[in-house]
Amino acid sequence: MTTLPTSTTKKLGLVIDLDTCVGCHACVISCKGWNTENYGAPLSDTDAYGGDPSGTFLNRVHSFEVQPPVLKDQPAPEAQLIHFPKSCLHCEDAPCVTVCPTGASYKRVEDGIVLVNESDCIGCGLCAWACPYGAREMDAVEKVMKKCTLCVDRIYNENLPEEDREPACVRTCPAGARHFGDFADPDSNVSKLTAERGGMDLMPEQGTKPVNKYLPPRPKDTLSEGAGDIDILAPYLEPVAQEAKGFLGWLDKTLEKL
Amino acid sequence: MHPAPSVIFFTVFSGIGFGLLVFLGLDTFYVTGWTAFVFFAIAYLCAVGGLIASTFHLGHPERAMKAFTQWRSSWLSREGVCAVVALVLMGIYGAGVVFLQVHWAILGHLGALFSLLTVFTTSMIYTQLTTIPRWNSWLTPLMFMSFSLAGGALLSGNVGSATVLILVAALIQIVLWLRGDGALARSGTTLATATGLGHIGDVRAFEPPHTGTNYLLKEFAYVVGRKHSTKLRIISIVLFAVIPVALLVFAPFSHLLAALAVVSHVAGAFATRWLFFAEAEHVVGLYYGKR
Repeated sequence: MTTLPTSTTKKLGLVIDLDTCVGCHACVISCKGWNTENYGAPLSDTDAYGGDPSGTFLNRVHSFEVQPPVLKDQPAPEAQLIHFPKSCLHCEDAPCVTVCPTGASYKRVEDGIVLVNESDCIGCGLCAWACPYGAREMDAVEKVMKKCTLCVDRIYNENLPEEDREPACVRTCPAGARHFGDFADPDSNVSKLTAERGGMDLMPEQGTKPVNKYLPPRPKDTLSEGAGDIDILAPYLEPVAQEAKGFLGWLDKTLEKL
Repeated sequence: MHPAPSVIFFTVFSGIGFGLLVFLGLDTFYVTGWTAFVFFAIAYLCAVGGLIASTFHLGHPERAMKAFTQWRSSWLSREGVCAVVALVLMGIYGAGVVFLQVHWAILGHLGALFSLLTVFTTSMIYTQLTTIPRWNSWLTPLMFMSFSLAGGALLSGNVGSATVLILVAALIQIVLWLRGDGALARSGTTLATATGLGHIGDVRAFEPPHTGTNYLLKEFAYVVGRKHSTKLRIISIVLFAVIPVALLVFAPFSHLLAALAVVSHVAGAFATRWLFFAEAEHVVGLYYGKR
């Protein structure tokens, strides 16, 4: 049914730490691997080794440059590079679910995971149009809509060792930038992280109420604070030889004269 | 947005077909027998032809019947239900008109209502999307319905109604273009809100996730032809409004000139509908620095 549940028992989702993510794309690869070999239609690649490669991914890592504003009397701040993994946010008010004409898209009452029943999907693409985050991709080969399942076939899978019962992207992240848990429980790891670090929603003005939260990058150290010195010993580290000597000195003078 | 030919064909021809059914159902011109048969045949060819074309952009058209189930929440499903109801009602009404020379007025009026509702539900598929601010406006349903009624009036030979409705459609289309141009900026969605990084400084898309293209870029970040948009807008308005109205008002009525007016109007409607998709900016393009 494509109407949304009024509330869900659990609110399973991810916390993604933009301060910690190093942009290695390991989560992208583990996601593609797990979701190609397991639940649902495989994530196809087209022209993978040719001139125009393309493929279906449920998780993609963007990189953004952020330029802090120049404050007066301060040296221009360094631009920051922020790696930005993006996958389905399993929104509470998921617009992708209500637009579905067949009931293939649904949000689970028990844990809030947004899923696609692929055998009901007619591949009209309207749910992808309704998603502001680009979290849904139509598979070019299977012609059905693919999206993050929050690894529903791992997190409850008793055939896997307990430490593997979390989404593939979380399990694989070498930096520990991804966390999985229940946002409905205020004492869960993800709820605490969100509260401590000011976890934020993407595009809050779209009214989707995303479950997944992003932790903003921590403020950078500012080296130029205080007296403007790097260290109290800095004056002793002034360069001693200010002018070039020898051959280079001669070359410098000669070129100056020209 | 990627302007898929099947969807452009569908919205233009279904709109005109259901518009013609509105005029047939309201009995604005009294026809029976073979003349009526020709009108109903044209209306059904346009409406059903458009609906069939719309299934070409489906990944799994063989499952299309499932799309009738979710009318409680989905405008796309409601469109399917309305279309079937309208076609059945007008089919029975049309059979009466063609074969029995009787006009079952209530049936005709109900059929006309559902024909217009079908066009309205089609327009709501686009209007409901907050992700595409240009479409997310009450002007979108007005535009679709005015085009549909203008096309229906033109095809049914209601010269007076056609003239007025074409001018109304043109006016709504122009306002939709002008308001649409600032819609993304007014929506408040920017790369800063998309990334949540705006509090640090100016955000710029530095590197896309992959070197190649993908479904999202093909579907949502279509920018071809944007630079010609002003020219295309002028061309389309000349074709769908100026030429047909000039022919209807200033030329003495003849079937040849009327056919010319219809061809010109349909060509112009195609151009505006192509622009409707090609110019629409989906907010996901922000993540790719494509807005």
